[in-house]
Amino acid sequence: MKDLRRNFLKLAGGAGAVAVTAAAGLLKPGLAWAAPWNKTAFESKAAADAIKNLGAVELVESKDITITAPDIAENGAIVPVAVTSKIPNTQSISIIAEKNPFPLAASFDISAGGEAYVSTRVKMGQTSDVRAIVKAGGKFYTAVKEVKVTVGGCG
Amino acid sequence: MAEPMKIRATLQGDTADVRILMRHPMETGTRKTASGVVPLHFIQSVIVTHNGKTVLDAQWSQAISRDPFLGLRIKGAKVGDKISVTWTDNKGDKRSDEVAVSAGS
Repeated sequence: MKDLRRNFLKLAGGAGAVAVTAAAGLLKPGLAWAAPWNKTAFESKAAADAIKNLGAVELVESKDITITAPDIAENGAIVPVAVTSKIPNTQSISIIAEKNPFPLAASFDISAGGEAYVSTRVKMGQTSDVRAIVKAGGKFYTAVKEVKVTVGGCG
Repeated sequence: MAEPMKIRATLQGDTADVRILMRHPMETGTRKTASGVVPLHFIQSVIVTHNGKTVLDAQWSQAISRDPFLGLRIKGAKVGDKISVTWTDNKGDKRSDEVAVSAGS
């Protein structure tokens, strides 16, 4: 009886160790439990490449996208940018500061229940167009607004 | 360690207006100090959930300002609904905070 119990413990201990390693292995990808960070798009150095890497092929200019940003930003380190999309079934909104070293600033995936509106603050190195890319129903729409920057915020 | 976020969620009609202020240096990896270049350190992902259901999944670059602000609106919200925000940075650091939706003015 006693021997049996010893054996059982040994077995359980062994199985436990396996389970722990498996869990550790599983935890690593678990860190990126959301959609994986789009490295290629975020590391693109030209706005056109960033747009391409977002998967946006045919961009349609749309008046249903509103970009709320100052005409002149005195401090490039804090430029408030808000994007509202009135396009039905908006799935994602991306913000691109075209002349930044890495133009793609942010990409927001909106699920049902969320309104097609995001507001944030971005850094801008110099005066440039701020472009919003909206994905709705598998198609891509875009709008631009120029923001003049007095003091760059990428230093 | 990561400092707590400030989250405010107020109900306006049937929409919750959520404003989030995070504490993070958001280093671009190009800023120089006397001791050399400050390494890249920024929030990569922000997830906002409403009663456990994801409503916004954001991916960010280092171009988001220091101490980031995020504003969003959630449809079909009620007073007392739980809004939870989780961010993860490029060093694997993360922070989660939760608030309940309060009645708007």
